[in-house]
Formats: sequence, structure tokens, C-alpha cells
Amino acid sequence: MLKKLGYLAVLVGALAAPMFLYPVLLMKILCFALFACAFNLLIGFTGLLSFGHAAFFGGASYIAGHALKVWGVPTELGLLLGVVFAALMGLLVGKLAIRRQGIYFTMITMALSQMLFFVFLQAPFTGGEDGLQSIPRGTLLGSIDLKNDLTMYYVVLGIVIASFLLIVRIIHSPFGQVLKAVKENEPRAISLGYDTDRYKLLAFVLSAALAGLAGSTKAVVLGFGTLTDVHWSMSGLVVLMTLVGGMGTLLGPVVGAIIIIALENKLGDFGTWLATITHIEWFNTIGESVTMVTGFIFIMCVLAFRRGIIGELAARIR
Amino acid sequence: MELFGIPMSALLGQLLLGLVNGSFYAMLSLGLAVIFGLLNVINFAHGALYMMGAFLAWMGLNYFGINYWVMLIVAPILVGLFGIIIEKTMLQWLYRLDHLYGLLLTFGITLMLEGIFRSFYGVSGQPFSVPSQLSGATDLGFMILPNYRAWVVFASIVVCLMTWFVIEKTRLGAYLRAGTENPKMVEAFGINVPLMVTLTYGFGVALAGFAGVLAAPVLQVSPLMGSNLIIVVFAVVVIGGMGSILGSILTGLGLGVIEGLTKVFYPELSATVVFIIMAIVLLIRPAGLFGREK
Repeated sequence: MLKKLGYLAVLVGALAAPMFLYPVLLMKILCFALFACAFNLLIGFTGLLSFGHAAFFGGASYIAGHALKVWGVPTELGLLLGVVFAALMGLLVGKLAIRRQGIYFTMITMALSQMLFFVFLQAPFTGGEDGLQSIPRGTLLGSIDLKNDLTMYYVVLGIVIASFLLIVRIIHSPFGQVLKAVKENEPRAISLGYDTDRYKLLAFVLSAALAGLAGSTKAVVLGFGTLTDVHWSMSGLVVLMTLVGGMGTLLGPVVGAIIIIALENKLGDFGTWLATITHIEWFNTIGESVTMVTGFIFIMCVLAFRRGIIGELAARIR
Repeated sequence: MELFGIPMSALLGQLLLGLVNGSFYAMLSLGLAVIFGLLNVINFAHGALYMMGAFLAWMGLNYFGINYWVMLIVAPILVGLFGIIIEKTMLQWLYRLDHLYGLLLTFGITLMLEGIFRSFYGVSGQPFSVPSQLSGATDLGFMILPNYRAWVVFASIVVCLMTWFVIEKTRLGAYLRAGTENPKMVEAFGINVPLMVTLTYGFGVALAGFAGVLAAPVLQVSPLMGSNLIIVVFAVVVIGGMGSILGSILTGLGLGVIEGLTKVFYPELSATVVFIIMAIVLLIRPAGLFGREK
């Protein structure tokens, strides 16, 4: 009951939010929320830490952006192409990475996504350091004009909610139960006769595809794709969002995404405010080195707050 | 003289540059392997501590006028002490948890260190000149050998071999290897394992600091120099496997050379060649060239 009320409150909040807040910022948050949920499908429900999800997120945003801008495809096809690309990359990276266990898995995902970073840096269609600029939003299904921020917002909200429901469905399906078994005790799952590698690979591909959907949606919303989105620091950021919100909880990544994006946007103001009240000039520079603060949150979460916000709340209520 | 249509001197020059990069890979992957063996932690902060070593050398010279040779000894010690503080205050609480948390913690430390250095020095590199004793180059007849680069390769090979000797051939190293196999048993024999763990971490990151000082005159000193390197080093570690000390050294040097040669023959691939080799090794021999499944 409490849970249902909670979800209802979130839904009402999300529907009403553009009346109070800038829609583009909200859409950015939604895209990252989806990205973090996709990532959480791996770390929270399969127990695999991928440190290369930026490649799927940013790679899909390049592909979707290129398809929309240069090929002039309809918006929904552009999004789909981004997702397909991310899924294929996920298949490739996943195939290689699940050959090793634990910490090696993480290092391999990181290395392969760094390789893709260099590929995107050198590929002519991404625009290298300048990024892919002025991607048109186009129209949805040939009739709904997406140039209006509010229309775009509700479309993005629809995409994110649908994906969220899909993730919930996956987790509660028999397939999701096997993933859980892999997370809890992989040798036992193997001895029960499950081909765990295949389950892990499918989970990896699903997660990559959803991360790709988040990335292509972001490209459509903001109208550009950048190298930042494929850089390893982006992979780190999505880990942080999930960790702050709570790994293995459904809503945790959403909460984490809201907090981290809000922090990135408002940290400069906060630093200026600190500088005016303490008269320490150095605080003015905090906005430029967000990594320092995100690093600090990382350390605190790992040391003292491993369940994350939603995880702590759930533990309290129980 | 030419080889495959490329002047011999250019080829040898790139080979040497590859060896220089390879010696950084070797020192860093060696440190990672030693730390992982005993602590079961992948130290993401290794790159940041390498950067810190380079910056300490730069600060020593520019703020206090301490020369390169003194900082070559002092900076690794300071980095090692910093590592000991990290281990004592943070890392040691995570040993009973999943290995992933060690990686996440050290990732956070990396972000913080980089952020702090960036807030003071920006992202552009600070120049650091080659010490006067090693400036210039020697003409070997078939190629011009820059003295400093030769010194980097020489110094790092010496340090790597000394590490190998200590770990494989001395009593202290025997304790360390025993601790890697079975820490509880070693502790039962009256050896202070927690102290050994702390010192190992300190030593591992001191190696990174030493590499940083060596790198300062070759590459520019910049806050981001470490994180770009560490991911390549991860690939090196996956290729070599972390089971063998000599294996780490050889893999590091070898991949540096391959990378250097790629720069000559097919420059577009030079940034990715290590990752491609990693993918191939994973397909053929998943445990790594010198590794064993743990």
C-alpha cells in the first residue's frame, strides 16, 4: 500500500513538474534516470559491475543523432537505430567481458569502452572534439511536433515510464529470478543446471540497449552528442547515481540521477554562496571541479552508506 | 637504412618511445598486481597517485627549488605515506566486502585527487625540464639516443627487477607470497599481516609515484595524466594476468613496444591497439598470458 502510494506520488510529481521547473533540465534528468535504471539492471539485479556503460549511452546518442541529422530519418526510427547499435555493442562487449569473473569483468568493460571512445574520437561523423551539433528533433509518428519543450517532455516521460515498467517486468520474470540466483551464488546456479553465461549476456545486452535508448533520447532532447557522453567519467557517473540512490532498488537510480544532475547544475551557485559567506576565494572554483565533490560523495557512499537513499529508507520502514 | 619503407632511425626512435611507455605500464601493472595479490583490491587510484608523484616533483622544483634527483627519492616516499593513510583510514574497512567496493572507493579517491589538482592547476600541462645531467642525446651511429629516455627505461627496469628479487628471493617476499595464498595461516605463524598489508599498499603506490617522477620530464605534468594511463594499464593487467611478477613486467614492456611500432606503421590504430590485443587474448586465453584463474 505504502509502495503504491509512493509510486503514485512520483507519477503525479513527474506529470506536474514542468509547470515548476525548466523542462529541458527535467528531460535531462529523465534520460539519466533511465540510464541509471538500465545500469542497475546489471549491478543491482545481476551483480555485474560494468564500468563501460558510457560507450552504449554516448555511442547510441551519436548514432541516433547522425541518423536524424544526416539521413533525415523520422525521430522514432532514429531512436530505434541508437538502441540497436547499443544492443550490438552490448553483445560484443558482453561476449568478451563475461569470459572473466568479478573484478576482471569490470576492467574489461572499462578497457573496451575506452577503445570505443577512441573510435568515436577519430571517426569523421562524430565531429571529434567539437561533437555532433544541431540534431533536429523532428516529429513523432509524422504528426506530433517535438520542437515544443512541453510536448517533448511528455514524450520523454512516456519513454522512460515504459522502459521502467519493462525493467520491473524483467526483474520479476522467471528470467529475472535466474539473474538473482546468479547474483547471490553463481556456482550454485550453475550446479542447478543454468547456463549462467547466457543469462549474464542477455542481461548485459538488455542493459546496454536501454542505456542506448537513454542516450539517443538525450541526443534528441538536447540536440547534440558529445565526447563527454562516451568518456569513462560518464561510466563512473552512472555508477555514482545508482550507488547514491541504492543499488538493487527499483526507484533508487531515479533518485540518484535527480540528485547528481541537480548537484552538477547547482554546484557553481553553491560554491559562490560559500565564497561570499566565508570569504574564501577558492570556493568559487568548486563549480569547475565537480569531480572533487562527486569523488567525495563516492567515498562517503562506499564507506558509510552502501545501501543508498532508497535502500536505507526501505530498511527503516521494514 | 630502411626497413619496410620506413627510415631505420625513425623506427628505432618510436621503439624507444614505446619502451618508455612500456616501462610506465610495467611499473604500474606491477604495483597493481602486488596490491591485488594481498589486498584483493584493484587500485583505481594508481593513476592518480602516479600523477601525484609527477606533481610532487614539479612542486618540489618550482616552490622549494629541490632538484629532480632528490625528488626521485622523496616523492615516492610521500606518495607511499599518503597511500598508507588511505589504507589505514579507508581501505581497511572494506576487505570483508565484495571486491567491487574497493574499486569504487579508489575510483572516488581518483576523482577527488584529480579535482583538487585541477582546481589549482587547470587541465593544461605544466612543463618540467629534463635534469641537466641527462639533457641532450648520444649519437650511437645508427640512431640518436635521447639520454633521458634511455634513463627512464634503465631506471624502471632496475626498479622492477629489484621488486621481483625482493618478492621472489627474500624472506620478506616469502611472507608476502604466503600472505597472498593464505593470510590466516600466515597470521597464525605470528606474522603481523595487517601491517604487511598496509606496507604492501604503501609500496605499491610508491612505485606509481616513482613512475610519475620519471614521467614528469617526458610527458607534461597535468592532473589528467594518470586517468588516461590507468585504463590502458588495466588492459595490460587483463592481458598479462596478475599471477606473475615477471609476467607483469614483460607484458608491460612488450605492449609499450607494440604500441610504439603501431605508431610507425599504422598511426590511426596506436590508441586502440592495446585494447584490440586484449580482446584477442580474451578470446584465445581468457586467463591472460601469464595468469591462472583465481
